[in-house]
Amino acid sequence: MSNSVAIVGVGYTPTRKLTPEVSYKEMIYEACVRAYHDANLASHRDIDGFISCAEDFLEGTSIFDEYTPDQLGGIQKPMHTISGDTLLGLATAVMNIRTGLQQLVVVEAHSKASNIKTLDAILHYATDPILTRPLHLNPHFIAGLEMQRFLDISKNTLEQCAEVVVKNKRNALKNDLSTYGTRLTTREVLSSEPTSTPLTQLQHAEPTDGAIVFVLASSKIAKKMNRTPVWIKGCGWISDAPSLETRDWNRCAYAALSAQMAYRQAGIRNPKKQIDFFEIDDTFSYKELEHLEALGIYETGKSGKALLQGALDPDGKTPTNVSGGSLGMGHVLEATGGFRTLEIVKQLRAEAGPRQLDKVKTGLAFSWRGLPTTSGVTMIYSQKGA
Amino acid sequence: MRMNLEGTSLKREDIDSKRVLTTRFRSNAFYAWDTGRGIGRYLQGLKAGEIWGTHCDTCNRTVVPPRIFCERCMKNQVSWVKLQDTGIINTFSICYVNWDASRVEEPHLPAVIEIDGASQGHGILHVLDEVNPKDLKIGMKVKAVWKRPEERNADITDILYWKPY
Amino acid sequence: MSGGKNEVAIVGAGMTKFVRRAQETPKELAFEAVRMALDSAEMTLDDIDCVIQGTAPDAFDGIHMKGEYLCDGSGGWQKPYSRGYVGGGTGVFAPIQGWYHIASGMFETALVVCEEKMSTFQPHPQGAFLTIFDNMTERPLKPNLLWIFALEMNRYMSTYGLQIKDIAPVSVKNKNNALKHPAAQLGKEITLEQVLNSEVLAWPVLREMVSPTSDGACAVILANKKRAKKITQKPVWISGVGWNLDTAYWTNRDLAYPQYVENAARMAYKMADIREPKKEINIVEPYDPFAYKECHHLEGLQLADRGKAPQLAIDGVTLRTGNMPSCPSGGLLGVGNPIAAAGLMKVCELFWQLRGEAGERQVPGKPKYGLAQAWGDLMQVGTVLVVSN
Repeated sequence: MSNSVAIVGVGYTPTRKLTPEVSYKEMIYEACVRAYHDANLASHRDIDGFISCAEDFLEGTSIFDEYTPDQLGGIQKPMHTISGDTLLGLATAVMNIRTGLQQLVVVEAHSKASNIKTLDAILHYATDPILTRPLHLNPHFIAGLEMQRFLDISKNTLEQCAEVVVKNKRNALKNDLSTYGTRLTTREVLSSEPTSTPLTQLQHAEPTDGAIVFVLASSKIAKKMNRTPVWIKGCGWISDAPSLETRDWNRCAYAALSAQMAYRQAGIRNPKKQIDFFEIDDTFSYKELEHLEALGIYETGKSGKALLQGALDPDGKTPTNVSGGSLGMGHVLEATGGFRTLEIVKQLRAEAGPRQLDKVKTGLAFSWRGLPTTSGVTMIYSQKGA
Repeated sequence: MRMNLEGTSLKREDIDSKRVLTTRFRSNAFYAWDTGRGIGRYLQGLKAGEIWGTHCDTCNRTVVPPRIFCERCMKNQVSWVKLQDTGIINTFSICYVNWDASRVEEPHLPAVIEIDGASQGHGILHVLDEVNPKDLKIGMKVKAVWKRPEERNADITDILYWKPY
Repeated sequence: MSGGKNEVAIVGAGMTKFVRRAQETPKELAFEAVRMALDSAEMTLDDIDCVIQGTAPDAFDGIHMKGEYLCDGSGGWQKPYSRGYVGGGTGVFAPIQGWYHIASGMFETALVVCEEKMSTFQPHPQGAFLTIFDNMTERPLKPNLLWIFALEMNRYMSTYGLQIKDIAPVSVKNKNNALKHPAAQLGKEITLEQVLNSEVLAWPVLREMVSPTSDGACAVILANKKRAKKITQKPVWISGVGWNLDTAYWTNRDLAYPQYVENAARMAYKMADIREPKKEINIVEPYDPFAYKECHHLEGLQLADRGKAPQLAIDGVTLRTGNMPSCPSGGLLGVGNPIAAAGLMKVCELFWQLRGEAGERQVPGKPKYGLAQAWGDLMQVGTVLVVSN
């Protein structure tokens, strides 16, 4: 993309199962102060625009955008909310900066999942009120249907899906932010409590608290602000059919089409070769494989075998979720894509400590908005600027 | 330009007589919000019959409800200040409808009350009582009427209402 | 990059009727507005590069992630689709989002759809507003939405020494204007006396000074310069955009004046090179969910001096035939208030007015610049769009 935009600062709180010591505003403030420090911002007053990524029912507040500006220093500034994952917020910031109207834009997302007492009921509330909701099924049934179909078509196996969990939770042990790092065997994963078969409990990412704030800048000022800006080379977002009746269960169109859009902008023809590592949605075990294949990194049915051969490991050809992913770090609701991006920023700045990958220059983050949606965002990040 | 507009208006009878089909659903969304340090201490103060604010040392401003950071300067150099349980009416309304739009017999009297001890113009939302609505005026002095200590719940309703004094 | 003035145009518009309770589902309402907008521009969905949905609280429709649910009805299937959100300000913000999609250079055309179905919430949509108040410090008081508007109106009146009768002419004007709008829910011939004698809801707010709850949808199509000129001979250009959000601590704020509206307006005027808005803006659609809000907003928009906006309606300046017609559509007070769709209705009105297609509602003269504005949240957000032909 011309008129490049870069991430020049990031701040976050560790992902934790409970965060009773802070309100959501206080948690975001903590992440915000760190982000502005990281971006070497002289004052929050220099920021031109603010974007928060949030959804009412996850907050328990209608018109939640009311409560977004104070903790970011965004009062009496252009600010709005995006109902979507952090990556959609980042894509929105890219558009705003590329208009030339704004030079410096802040994007915020957070999760206070621990405050939601009936998360499954709320997801149920996202299904079609006339066609699906009256069935009174736990909304995770949709993941069960999807997984069954994915395994049938791709011929990837249950064991391979379980191996995704083993890998990501193992990776998480090297990430001091993570909450769910552990050593498991595929047998333990598969014999954990069945939820919506073929899914078992350990194949779900657990809802987790956390906040993340990014500072984005135009190429004009990015280099002045930060020694190691991380450039956004491409961003693509697509929504497929929202209803269960009209979607194509054989194909993950939202991932494939959003990736094509991002690749086009970034000039990527061979993603497997041109992209060094991947931080992609793994809300459920099978999603990592399904998404890798839809993103064009592996052909249909080839990702599971590659995983078993170690290709997705940190020292493999296509390191995937070195951070531990959502399975290892926890699922931070709309902040999920933000934490995927955080890992890429750390790796590209060579600040990933014990997880640092060798010679990585380009990373891909992909987010899916979760059940029951078919919305996905692909972002391509690079060390190299315009 | 002629406009052919779509949109079919329904009347209550259309639904009651089942001319159109309907589906019903009651939401089951429940939350337990972390109050954090700022509001947590504010609510604890209410239980003790006290109203606490915070003072930003940089902006020299005392605010209520309190917060542990100042949204103007974005610093967290704040100190806690015990405010009075008196104040003045910044604005008020005489409201004849409930939250579900049904009529009420005795009007509700919501008001923004600027709390004595906070910086000028800094108030909270609450309700008035023990006053003839006709006598209400902006700028009127009012005082908190508290629940009995044993009935308090660390909640904004630990103050029953405010009355002129 | 094409972020300057007059680089993006509105090339099509559509809407449904605004009604108290629609038989159509939310998706169907969105679809009808989209279909009319596409037809008006002689375009199909294949010509649309991206879709923006604007819709207010999920609680109304009773659907979590309502934007996702509305995707197919809004023409978003397998397209870049997103939902932005600034509460009541959304209806004018959604076309601003469409603007930055195109002005970024990433898309050539955008479809902007706003839908609201308030009647789903039972027993009354008012109830959905209970949860807009602060969960820890305000909600236990069981506040209703009328409270905050009545509180703001009272503060506005007392600051400038105004009375209810000074503000009521806005209701008379807008409800009478709406008589000529084919989508209107509440257009009626009404006199000043009838407004003043209507039931007190929350003093100083009277029944006839409040907009109704409504169901409805609106859509507009945007295109960059190159495409716009091929699509229509009468593009309506987006000359300026502005948006601004104030603190959530509304009880710590001066309620007599909407500073955030001024900030948003100044942002839009700067982009549009408008130095003297009172002279240069020919037609204005300020957000009028309550009669006093039209006055409040005209002042924030720098189109009236502080405390003096009520006089404009009294003097007839803001009549459809006046010097600066305000809410010639009939506004929210007359056409109806399906939250996000109501804001976009104002943009549709400017589109028709500036193209000379507003039929019986057409304002005299040849208006060049129009301004639409919306407002929302806890009386803290202003969104402003300046358009020209």
